[in-house]
Amino acid sequence: MTSVTDVSPARPAFRLTRAFQGLERLIVPALLIAGWEAFARSGMLPPALLPAPSAVLHALGDWVFGFDETTQTYSGHWLRDALASALRVFGGFALASLLGILAGVAIGWSRLFEKTLEPTLQMLRPIPPVSWIPLAIIWFGIADKPAIFLVFLGAFFPVLMNSIHGVKTVDHNLVRAGAMMGANGRQMLTDIVLPAALPSIFAGLRIAVGSAWMLTVTAEMVAVKSGLGYVLWDSYYFLRYDIVLAAMISIGLLGYLSDLGLKAIMARTLHWQQTTTVQGRAG
Amino acid sequence: MAAIELRNIVKVFSDKRRGRDLLTLDNINLDIEANDFVCLLGPSGCGKSTLLNIIAGFEQATSGRTLVDGKQVERPGSDRGVVFQQPTLMPWLTAIDNIAFHLKLKGVAKAERYDRAMEFIDLVGLRGFEHHHPSEMSGGMNQRVGIARALLMNPSVILMDEPFAALDAQTKLEMQEELVAIWQKRRCTIVFVTHSVDEALVLGNKIVVMTRRPGRIREAVNFDLPRPRDITSPEFNDAKRHILALIREESTRLAQAS
Repeated sequence: MTSVTDVSPARPAFRLTRAFQGLERLIVPALLIAGWEAFARSGMLPPALLPAPSAVLHALGDWVFGFDETTQTYSGHWLRDALASALRVFGGFALASLLGILAGVAIGWSRLFEKTLEPTLQMLRPIPPVSWIPLAIIWFGIADKPAIFLVFLGAFFPVLMNSIHGVKTVDHNLVRAGAMMGANGRQMLTDIVLPAALPSIFAGLRIAVGSAWMLTVTAEMVAVKSGLGYVLWDSYYFLRYDIVLAAMISIGLLGYLSDLGLKAIMARTLHWQQTTTVQGRAG
Repeated sequence: MAAIELRNIVKVFSDKRRGRDLLTLDNINLDIEANDFVCLLGPSGCGKSTLLNIIAGFEQATSGRTLVDGKQVERPGSDRGVVFQQPTLMPWLTAIDNIAFHLKLKGVAKAERYDRAMEFIDLVGLRGFEHHHPSEMSGGMNQRVGIARALLMNPSVILMDEPFAALDAQTKLEMQEELVAIWQKRRCTIVFVTHSVDEALVLGNKIVVMTRRPGRIREAVNFDLPRPRDITSPEFNDAKRHILALIREESTRLAQAS
């Protein structure tokens, strides 16, 4: 009976810990931003070279809502720029996912594809996507296509590698169990190998969506006249570092949101997978 | 005609790294009658699992013939249900979908699949857990799903490779009792691989004692003690003494040879 009374004094402390848990994630960013703001206002560097967080926020606010035209021609155009970038990222990522999964599963599953296709793809893999820019421009001209192509190059290889790995590491006994239950070759692939490889394929997709956003600036620097990457590079020419930073933040935020979306799809698709991490069960 | 006929089975594994061949099964001859509960008993590495895999069609014998219901075994098939050492369920499927997986592969509609699988859910005592995923169930429950999955195919033989080895002692006892009950109720042929003398004596009505590598059949002991078997009865202990003597004789022979 004493054990019941023993528990109650601990409760308020427990509530405090929980309240603190929400805040603890904010401590490091808050300190960093406060330090940055203080340093920028101290006047050790000209404000044009290191804009204060408040100035960046102001620029971002005007770029999004267009309230006082501090960002001049970009004022109020954020949504259009974000959408332009997002469409390129989505296009390149979708293409990379489709071809990456198809090629990866084929290479992982069949010795024939492994021998014929894989060496070529592995040779193309170390070539930096940026170095394709000259060819991309001759092949696709100046529009969305070369940008999508670059994004595709960045996103394709993570999907490919993880799909190959996922198929190759499918538990041998699951394949035996499938054969025992009478699965034919096609069923073995669609009903056993593919679902078993999904966790690995999703890991590849998450890396790929990050790479896709990473390549937007590179792609939009050269070939197009719109998008977050284009605004970033254009603002650099006018020494508007506040807009440069606002564009960096926007890309980071959209990349983060894409990853969250992908994670949500993954959690729904792989709901059967209850992973136990070192910190306990993860949803 | 016996349900399973093994004729002069020889299996040689070639160890490429060391550049030598390893004789694993040396001229195995065995007839297993329909509705027999046969336990393959032997020490680790004696090739008993290899023999089971050859019957299942997962592995090919180097020479010799394997016949199930008079037909030569060439590949795995649903006429031979296999229960693996680990449950080996599809982790993305629920218990009922795992049990009915064979029907799904055959293109049977969902309602009928579930209808037929429910019978086996009840048989292995998993009612209430049919929509659980393997990750949400214990090892023993998953192994029940594995057994139900093999039974649903209505195979002519069921091959079990130390299916209870990973379970705790109490769950193992329960599962052994249930397996015997299922075997008595459904009258099927079971080949059960084990390294435990007690397990073989609790389950089998024919105990095939195998020798250490290269695997040969030392003796096939018929054991018709009525069930439920009293593991403290004189008959049980007589049989156990006989089998232990066979095994001991074998290790003495090995000790003298070396």
